[in-house]
Order: sequence, then structure tokens, then C-alpha cells
Amino acid sequence: MIDLARPLALPRPRWKEPSILPGFGVGLGLTLTYLGLIVVLPLAALAIRPWELGVSGVWHELAQPRVTAALKLSFGLSALAALLNAPLGLLIAWTLVRYQFPGRRILDALVDLPFALPTAVAGIALSAIYAPNGPLGSLAAKIGIKTAYSPLGIFIALVFIGLPFVVRSLQPVMQDLDAEVEEAAQTLGATTLQRVIRVVLPALAPALISGVSLAFARAVGEYGSVVFIAGNLPMKTEIAPLLIVIKLEQYDYAGAAAVGLAMVVIAFSILIGINAAQTWFARRGRP
Amino acid sequence: MSKTEITRRGLVGAGAALGGVAAMPGVALAAAQLGNTLLNVSYDPTRELYKEINAAYAQYWKAKTGQAITINQSHGGSGKQARAVIDGLQADVVTLALAADIDEIAKRAKLLPANWQSRLPQNSTPYTSTVVFLVKKGNPWKIHDWPDLIRPGVGIISPNPKTSGGARWAYLAAYAYGLKHGGDAAAQDYVRKLYKQAPVLPTGARDATTTFAQRGLGDVLLAWENEAYLTIEEFGPKFDIVYPSLSILAEPPVAVIDRNVERHNTKFLAEGYLNFLYSPIAQDIIGKHHFRPREAKAAAKYAANFKPIPLVTIADTFGGWTKAQATHFADGGVFDRIYKPS
Repeated sequence: MIDLARPLALPRPRWKEPSILPGFGVGLGLTLTYLGLIVVLPLAALAIRPWELGVSGVWHELAQPRVTAALKLSFGLSALAALLNAPLGLLIAWTLVRYQFPGRRILDALVDLPFALPTAVAGIALSAIYAPNGPLGSLAAKIGIKTAYSPLGIFIALVFIGLPFVVRSLQPVMQDLDAEVEEAAQTLGATTLQRVIRVVLPALAPALISGVSLAFARAVGEYGSVVFIAGNLPMKTEIAPLLIVIKLEQYDYAGAAAVGLAMVVIAFSILIGINAAQTWFARRGRP
Repeated sequence: MSKTEITRRGLVGAGAALGGVAAMPGVALAAAQLGNTLLNVSYDPTRELYKEINAAYAQYWKAKTGQAITINQSHGGSGKQARAVIDGLQADVVTLALAADIDEIAKRAKLLPANWQSRLPQNSTPYTSTVVFLVKKGNPWKIHDWPDLIRPGVGIISPNPKTSGGARWAYLAAYAYGLKHGGDAAAQDYVRKLYKQAPVLPTGARDATTTFAQRGLGDVLLAWENEAYLTIEEFGPKFDIVYPSLSILAEPPVAVIDRNVERHNTKFLAEGYLNFLYSPIAQDIIGKHHFRPREAKAAAKYAANFKPIPLVTIADTFGGWTKAQATHFADGGVFDRIYKPS
């Protein structure tokens, strides 16, 4: 006999999470208010602004070669920088968590520096080092590579500011990773490569993805450190945030808002995609 | 009172706080209480100049009225500074790189009347300046005039004219040279070639100077005259100044922001400050900092520093700032059409 009163076992969003802790209503209320005030309201103001140009005006604004070039540059280099930080961040986190050596704590603290440094200071420091007359820039120039004032310079700055996000996302998860699981895999005859690919990486994947997406998001919005090293040539090394500032300085508020809105939409779509991937990995990686 | 009003107040500190107090009825007896803080919102290369002028004015004001005053200064690209004032930065006076930026404040935020430029002597410009070339010591590229800048291999450093006031003067000086040697078509051709030689496009004058002097990028810096002298003072004799055969008379204007000084109760203080810029004391400081003084005595004293070259004016050659701005620097204007990075 089928019990009709019993709900079907579909994973449907529910209003109440069963929890022994009280305060769901208050918690949700505060969350919505806070997010609404801090995140949604300013974004709504941004979303309203460009339409004074009309739909075709916004489209015209975004279709300008200079705007598309800047958007491509910002999102492309941010993605590349975040992807480079994935293996390097993994390696650094692994070294800091799994090994004991003198100076480990100092190295650990160093990772946070790109967080703490004012971005303009980082930009000036990077451009001093990578400029054609700087210590690294002159070396690179000798073998014919242009670092500062080229897309490569922007890439370097974005890698610099993104690294801590990856390392700091991975570290706590690695610390919780039981060495016994790996040992069990070994006793069952898994090779080293198998242990890394089938045991360690799946467990780390959600944290790695979240670290990479944080680094990516930060890089897309980064302004201070990049403008000093970029050279800022329209169509070539002009990042989208700088183009927004330039438009503002020409009193083109609507045009600036249009580019800003495009950035928000693109970034939001990418982050939703990354979130979906993360959920998938999290399910798969669960023991 | 609107919400934005409160936030704007929050931004400014002392000057605005005073205005707020005076506006409250209970404290209305403080009507006689005059604001004692000025905010001078200026462009990039005047940091050192106004530091000295502010000290002199504070001393002068104290001796004259007994009131101790504080003058705060804010510096940045001229366009950026104008936008900050439009967006609510509580400037009592603005001292910007070009009239077009103050026009924007009058037009967009209506913080001062449209005829602001006629309120003070000499088009409200207490000093002038010009655009010169700064080259490396010994002038290895043998750069003597505008045509030398577009020789293959020469790298020029000049900020983005869209964001920098100084760069707009530099662009117009280059354009004026082209005009004189062949008219509009030749001028456009010349500036097109000129900006092809720019390896970077900094956003402001200081940024450009740093890129050239510290990072060693480029061979010629198109610089404000005072900025060129300052670079030599800062970095030692690693650079030479080259005066081209023709340049532009740069007229950086000053204005009181009426609506803000009413709110801060600083009208007299602000007007006194701008008039003080025309005084012999201030004119001497102006000359000392390599800006060209208006007053005859100071001008004579520093004449040796300012090579007399033919200078075109914005009014005669370009029909004033409003027209020059619309023709050359607006979106889709001449600069947008000619600019293609190499």
C-alpha cells in the first residue's frame, strides 16, 4: 500500500533545515538583509545606470573594439593566472602542511603578504623589478622577453595577488586529510601516482577549485597593482577596470557602468559554473 | 536632508563638520564662527608648490586676522580631481590643470557659476607654464624639435590625454606645431605618428615622470616645464631639458567652489587664498617652483629659467577649451581617431 501522505523523496529546496539549534528564522532574515544591503543594493544601482543609454546604446558601448579587447584581456589573463596558481599553490600548501623544516613558519607567513600589501605598493614594487632597467626585467630583456608594460607584466601581477587564495584554501583541508587513508591505499597495492590521483586529489578538489575561483575573481577586479606594470595601452594592455576608471574620468558614467555590468555578468556566470563543478567534485570526492 | 548628503559630509572631516554645526539651530549663535579649514583640490605637479604657498598663506592670515587655519591639499590627475569634486569631494577651491575641467564642475554639479573664469585677473590663472622635452643627459638621440620625436626608434613618454591635463596641453602643443607646418591634415598626421612612438600610456603626469626617470622607459618625456625642472632636482643631472621651436601657453586656472564655501563658511578664507596667489610673496614662490609668474617683478627675477620660445594660446589656436575638448578629446574625437598603439 502506498502511503500518499508521505512526500516523494525528491531533493527539493526546503524552508526549514532540521537542526537542534534554534534561530533559523532570525538567521535567514539577517542573512538576507545583510546580503541585500551590502551586495545586492550596490549591484542594483550599477545595473540600473547604463540603461539611460538605451539597449542599443549599451550594446554599442560594449561592442567597441577597445571595450571587448579590455574584457578579453582581463578575463583571459585572470583565468590563466588562476590556473597557474593551481599547481603552484598546491605544491606550496603541500610543502607547508606535510613537511617540517626550519623557516617553515616564516614561509607560511610570507604567503599572506600579497593579501596584506596595499595593491599600489605591490604594483610599484613589481614594476620596479620587472621594468627594462630592473633586476629581473633586464635579464628577461636580454633574452628578448618584455615583462613589465606588456600582457606578461599584467599576468605576473595577477599571479602574485592570487597565490594566497589558493594556498590558504587548501591548507586546512590538507591538514584534515588523514595519512591513514593514503596508507590504506598503499597496503591495498596502489602506486604513488594512483594514491595522488585517486585518493588525495579528489579530496582536495573542492578546496582547490574554491581557491582558484577566489584567485580568479580577485584578479578580474584587480586594479591597483596592475596599472603600474601594465603600460595601459588601449587595445593591448588596458585592463577592463582601468577602462572603467578612464570612462569615469571622461564623465561617461553610463558607459563606465555598462562595462562594469558586463564584468559582473561574465564573472557571475563563470563563478556559478565553478560552483557547479565544485559541488560535483565534492559529491564525488566524499568517501 | 538626503542620504547622500550625509555620506558626503562624512567624507570630509573638519571643514564639513563646521558647516554642519553652523546649520544646527541650537548652535546658530556660532554664525560668526568662520571655517578655519580649506581644502585645495589640485592637479598632479603642484604638490610642492602648494605646500609652500599654504604655509605662507597660513602665516599671512594669522598675522592679519589672528585666526589659525589649516589648508589641506589633494592631488591627482586633473580630470580625476574634477570628477571627485563633482561627486561630492568638499573642495573649497580647485586649482586644476585646465579650464575645461572646472567648466565640467560648473556644468555638471552647478557648484559655481559658468562665468567663473572672469572672476579673477588674467583668466583666473595666477601663473602659466608650458610643455618641454626632457631627454637623457647629453641628448643621445639629438632631439631638438617636434619632428625629431617621430624618428624611428625614439620612444616618447606622455600620459593619456583622456585622463591627464598635462598630456592634453602636450598633445595640443604637438598639434599646434603640425598646424603651423601644413594645417589640419599635417597636424593630425603628426600626432598620429607621435603617439605611435609611445610604449606606455600612464594615467597622470607623476606616473609618466616615474616611468621615464625611474624605470628608464622611453627617450623623451613630454613634460610640464616645472615637472622637468623638478625631475632634474630630484634625480640629479641625469637629464637635460630641450625647448622645442614652438610650444603652448598652458594656463592652469583656479576657482572658489561657491556652494562648498557657503556650506563650510569659508568664503572669505577661500577668496583670500586665491587672491593671495597673485601677491608678490606667492608669485615669488611660484617662480621658485618653476612655474611662470604673472607678476612682473617675480617674472623678471626668474626670467633666466624660462627660455622665451614662441607659445601659442588655447584661445587663439584652438578657439578655447570647450571647443578643443569637444574636437580633440571627446569620445570619437580626433585623439580617438588617430590613436593606434604600435
